[in-house]
Parts: sequence; structure tokens; C-alpha cells
Amino acid sequence: MSVSAPEIPAKTTSRFKWDLKTIGPLAALALLVLLGITLNENFLTYNNITNVLARSSFIGIIAIGATFVITAGGLDLSVGSMAAVIAGVMIMVMNWLIPVFGIGWGVILAGMAAGVLLGGVAGVGNGIMITRGRIEAFIVTLGTMGIFRSLVTFLADGGTLSLNFQVADVYRPVYYNGFLGVPYPILVFALVAIAGEVVMRRTAFGRHCAAIGSNEQVARYSSINVDNVRLITYILQGVLVAVAVLLYVPRLGSASSTTGVLWELEAIAAVIIGGTTLKGGYGRVWGTVAGVIILGLIGNILNLQSFISPYLNGAFQGVIIILAVLLQRPKRAS
Amino acid sequence: MADVQDTGVAPILSAHRISKSFGEIPVLFSIDFDIRPGEVHAIIGENGAGKSTLIKILSGIEQPTSGSIHYDGRSVVLPPDGKAEAMGIVLIHQELNLAEHLTVADSIFLGRELRQGPFLKVGEMRRRAAEIMETLHVHVDPDARISSLSVADKQMVEIAKAISRDARVLIMDEPTAVLSVGETQTLFEQIRRLTARGVSVVFISHKLDEIMELADRVTVLRDGQLIATVSTEALTPDSIAQMMVGRELSNLYPPKHEPDVDEPVLLSVRNLATKSVSDISFDLRKGEILGFAGLIGSGRTAVAEAIVGLTHRTAGEIQLNGQVVNFTRVAQSVEAGLAYMTKDRKGKGLLLNMGLRPNLTLLTLQKHMRAGFLDTASEERALERATRRFDIRARDASVAVGRLSGGNQQKLMLGKTMESEPDIIIMDEPTRGIDVGTKQQIYHIIAALAAEGKAVIVISSELQEVIGLSHRVVVMRSGRIAGVLEGAEITEEEIMRYAAGIKQSGHDERISA
Repeated sequence: MSVSAPEIPAKTTSRFKWDLKTIGPLAALALLVLLGITLNENFLTYNNITNVLARSSFIGIIAIGATFVITAGGLDLSVGSMAAVIAGVMIMVMNWLIPVFGIGWGVILAGMAAGVLLGGVAGVGNGIMITRGRIEAFIVTLGTMGIFRSLVTFLADGGTLSLNFQVADVYRPVYYNGFLGVPYPILVFALVAIAGEVVMRRTAFGRHCAAIGSNEQVARYSSINVDNVRLITYILQGVLVAVAVLLYVPRLGSASSTTGVLWELEAIAAVIIGGTTLKGGYGRVWGTVAGVIILGLIGNILNLQSFISPYLNGAFQGVIIILAVLLQRPKRAS
Repeated sequence: MADVQDTGVAPILSAHRISKSFGEIPVLFSIDFDIRPGEVHAIIGENGAGKSTLIKILSGIEQPTSGSIHYDGRSVVLPPDGKAEAMGIVLIHQELNLAEHLTVADSIFLGRELRQGPFLKVGEMRRRAAEIMETLHVHVDPDARISSLSVADKQMVEIAKAISRDARVLIMDEPTAVLSVGETQTLFEQIRRLTARGVSVVFISHKLDEIMELADRVTVLRDGQLIATVSTEALTPDSIAQMMVGRELSNLYPPKHEPDVDEPVLLSVRNLATKSVSDISFDLRKGEILGFAGLIGSGRTAVAEAIVGLTHRTAGEIQLNGQVVNFTRVAQSVEAGLAYMTKDRKGKGLLLNMGLRPNLTLLTLQKHMRAGFLDTASEERALERATRRFDIRARDASVAVGRLSGGNQQKLMLGKTMESEPDIIIMDEPTRGIDVGTKQQIYHIIAALAAEGKAVIVISSELQEVIGLSHRVVVMRSGRIAGVLEGAEITEEEIMRYAAGIKQSGHDERISA
């Protein structure tokens, strides 16, 4: 029935194939950088680049978690609201603990610990409902998205939760300072990205994620504990949301019901632009990193030029997302 | 050129010298077939004999490569996509094509709803549906959801649907495969009522006793050839079985080396039961190839999946090398040296979007870890070994496995299973849908594994294969072991008799060789 080209014994060559699928996100990134340079001489300055990357690092760290969730055939819509809740709770914990620890790093570390713990617990909650409860990931995380969003509004009593000013002063350098001129958020983003890429490519967990997303039955018949691997992806997502929040809180020192709005969609968009398949089975962390930076650069370039209204930012991002999927869709079998 | 047969009754639907090939693979060779008004005509044959293709051609779903179809005395080209229903030829699929969320009345009028302008005449359709059910003596509420009905009732709804379309020829693909004995009798009464009204019924069945009871004539197919069309009175179940098989064994199979009688029993199963099988007991010796034969749905796969812990076992005991084991996850059985190779290589065996390497090592990634990280070089070496050992052919290793030929996919899956270095291998349909050359390779691999001292279970719906490979054969029927054959008893006719329920043995005395 299927007439195939003459087959020769399998050879283990050509691990790198430079087709459009692989280089797409990088090519788009390069084009955007070129465009930026042509449009404004300030584009390539240290300040502009670090600014874009630092702002992108929140979404970036979250999107790396989303890469694992999506690769394993899942979805987490709750990350934006989860970020808001974690930020709110962190601020409240730090404010409460000032009488215990005084103003200083003790309070901040306690707040960070609370944040990471909460992120992990939220991930466990999502993951348990999806794996043990056998409910669609879309439904579960749509539900928790609403729950988290309303929780932060409740905790802030409809207003804003603000970190004690003195603590905020101590905490502020975590966002604004850096090491050897590289702001900490960018450093953390880079570390998470490298670790994520290694985990995806070089560990059994990463391989199992792709296997489950590709075909859950095959994974089950290949002795993979499908539920556990899925659960871990959601926990990882929760913890990475918390890590992003640790860097976000010192930036503004406050949280409200508008914190993290639409982050989930930006994160998913970055994952898709990066070439990860939305229905699972194939994921690449470096692609997600490129995707996040592409989304960040679009806004930045629109702000740096005067021909097109920056209000069209969302429209350009939308076009890029659709183009990315269009270019990466599988060719019809001939 | 209507082929009027001896009775002088003109057939309502007939096929003349019908041939069909899919691509280059021929599946039907010049078949003549006809159906008379008010007749029940059974089609019988082994798996792969071409039965399904023939009824698809008779109902217009497939077009013949050559040959002609006559309907009502005129040469016709049957329209595809079930549009032949409008002409009065209705095919009822084995898996039944009903939308689970619709009601019975909705289903009966699906696609030709009664309307008043843009609006449905709901009351009218419900009343008419009830009338049709009444004439068929079927007691199903027209407002009931399809999903709430039993399989037998769903089948009745399909029949009602056919009747509401004024079906003159009703073609049924294994209608009794999923029915209980009582439900089967109800269906048969229904079929008799229909034929009394002049409706013709064509049905495929594997159950010889049912055919003897219901059919007026039987057509036997084998390997895409028409063997005979005979009136049922002239037949016995034995003569049908003989017509269905009756081939010479070719030298496709390697010579058999029976294991010594004192070889240790590696796997011992006693009184195993699951939701779908019960009272399964057998032993498997070192170096033995044990065949599992039976009709599709007789529970062979369920037994295998229960043994390796893929499905829940409700009763029974499994011993591996004399130790009682209780696998609840596949990982445990793989660990213990027992591997199961699924029959569904595309749905359960291989990741079609991935390359050869990740597929080969998916079951055994732990073997390729160094300091917590995957050692790709070690995986590559494993792939090189497997490629040589199992002669896997691909343009290069990065090509998606879904693009390989079926034979290469099967060999890759075999390689994947063997990566876990099992002592006992259960192979479910190891040669399904692959070419004969690759089949032969796989047969020799299986024989070599047994000669090495592995114990192999081969589940297969191809009798030839079971007979050509196995030292002993377990025949299953309706979730139970119908018989265990060895030596000279292993013949197609004998297996068929057990599989179709003509013969039944207390198997207890023959659990072990």
C-alpha cells in the first residue's frame, strides 16, 4: 500500500537538520533584531536589551515550565492567576514576619520559601485533579485560574497588597541589580533555561514527557508511570511560577487583582512560537526562550519607532503566533 | 447476464467477477456472489480472507477494481459513503455507527429528518419511530439516549433505521460477535421476521453453529478467492471448517525443536480471571513456543495484559520461576523478565512522530543512564545492535517511525521488547499486516529465541502461523480456554472446531506438556 523509497539499513547520521522547523524561531528572532537596529539606534544599547530581557524573564521562566506541561500533552491556564496569588501571599507573609525577623534578608527568605511552597502545592493540586481525578487539564486549570484570581482579589480586599517599604528597599536589588552587569532576572532565566533544556534532552523525565504527549498508551505499555510524570510537570510548573514571582515582587513591591493577567496566554504563545507542539509529543526549551524574546522584542520595537501605533502590539504578537504555527504544521503526506 | 441459479429465483443483488486490490496488494480475486429476495446468505472465512472487503463492495463503500454489480436486474455503480442506503442496500457495521448522545428517534431519522420549513417535526418523528419499533417487536423507548442502550438494543435501532429506509438488502458484519446467547436468539427472530417480509440478509459470522441455524446459503472465502457457495442443508460444520482452511503448510516456518520434557516451567498461570476472561490455567516451559489461537475477541489479549499487570486481575495466581508474582504495573513485569509486545503497534507500541532511537530505548531508558543523565551514545550503540540483529531498514535513524513500512515497524517493536532481555516474551499478533518476507524473518527470530532457551507465547489470529510455530496451542473461546492441542492434534480443522465451539474439552488434564 505505502510505496516507500528504497530503504537501506538505518544509519545514525544527520542529527542536525536545518530545516525551517528548526531554525524558524531563530530566524524570526534574527529578523526582529535586524529590524530593531534599522529602526532605532538605541535598540542595541545595553539599557534597552537588558530591559527587554529582564521584563521577559518572568514570562520566560513560567513558559519553560509550560514547555514541559505541554510537551507531556497537558495545559496549565492557571499560571497567571497563580503568580498573582503567590505574589500576594509572599507579601503578606513578609509583612507578618517583620515582628519576628525584623527588617532584613530573614524576612525575605521566609517569604521566598512560602512562595515556592505555595507554587509547589498549587501544582500538586492541579496535577492531582488532572491525573487522579481524570479531569481535562483545560477544565481543571480554567477552574483554578478563576479560583486563584478571586483569591488574590479577596486577600487584597479588592485593592493592592503592598510590601513594607523598608523590606522592599532591601529586596529591590534582586530585580534591579545584577552580576557582572547582567541583571539577576536574566541570570535566573538563563539558568532555568539551560537546566530545562538539559532535563528535556538528557533525562529520562524529559523523554517520558515527550512519550506521554506523543501517545499516552504507548507510554503506558512501555512501563512509564504516566500519572506520576504528568503530576511532576504540573509541580514543576508551579515551582517555576513561584521562581518568576520571587523576581517579580521586588520590581513593584505590590500585588493586586491585575497582577499576572494574561501571563498564561503569553507563556503558551511563547511555547508554541518556539516550536513545541500544542498537542504534545515534542518540546524544546530553547525554542520557548526564543519565543519569549520574540514576543518581548515586538513590543519593544513598536515602542522605539514612530510609524505604527504601539497599541497594535497585541495584533503583531497574534500574527507571529499564527505564522509560527502555519510554518510548523506537518506537511501532508504525499 | 444475470446469473440465475438452479432455483430460478432472480437475485436482487449480485456481483460478477469482482476483484479488488489496495495499491498493489490484491485482496479479492474474481468473486461471484448473489443474494436472492428473502434469503439469509452467510459469508464465512478466516481473518484476512476478504469478507469485509466483499461486503464493503456490495454496499458501495469500496469500489471494485474490476467486475460488475447488478441490482434489481440492472448493472449499477453503487454510490459511495453509504448513499447506497437510499437504493435499499444497508450495511450495519460491527462497531455500530450510532451517535451516542442522540435519542433513538433522532438516530432513526438522522440525515433525513422530517421537517416543516426549517423546523423539525419532533413529535411526528417520535411517533413514526415508535411505530417502526412496534412492527419489529422491539421494546425500546424512542426518547432513550443511544448511550443508555445495551449493544443488542443498539443493533435493533440500527435495524429499525434500515427498515425505515425501506432496506431490501441488509448486510451485517459479525452481528453476533458482541451479543450474548439470548440476545443472539432475539436477533435471529428479528432476521427471520425481516426475511419473511422479503428483505434479504447477508451476514458475516465466525460461529459455524449460528450459520447452520440461520443461513439458507453459505459462501466460503479463502485468501480472497471464492471457494464455494453452497446451500446450508448440504453442509456440516466440519465440511465448512475444511473449506475455510485446507491449505498446505509452506516452508515459511523454521523447523520445530520441541523443548525437553524436563525443562523447567518458567510461567505458570492458574485460574486467572479478569472482567473479560475466566478460569485461565496454563504452563509455559523454558524453550517452548506456546500458541494462543481463537477468534477475535476471545480474550487472548486480555489474558496477556492481565499477566503483565496492564489490566486488573480479579482472581487467580501467577508464578514466575516458581515464585508467586503480582504485577500491578508493566515496569514490574519487565523487571522480572517478562515482556509483552502489543498487537497494536501504532496505537500502543511505537511513538510514530519520533525517530528509531527513542522508540527502541523507551522501555529500558534506565540502561542508558550515566550519572542521572541519558547517555545518547549508549542508546546509539543499542540501536546499531538492534538494527543488525533484527534487520531494521530505514533511510536514516532520525526518520519518524510512522513513515517506516509495517514490517520495519514490527521489527523495531520486537527490538524494543527484546531490549529488556526478557526470559519470557508474549507476542501479540507478531506479524499482523506485514509482508510475507518479513513474516518469515520474524518466524525465524521467534524460533531462535526459543532455541536460546527463552519461553515464547505467540497470540495469533492466523491459524497457519500458530500451527507453523507452536509446540502447543491453547485455543480460546468466549473468554475461556476451549482446549489445549499438542503434536499431531495441531491442525487448522481441530483449532477451528474448538474456536467455533463445536468441540470443547475439559482442559485441566492438559495444562502442562
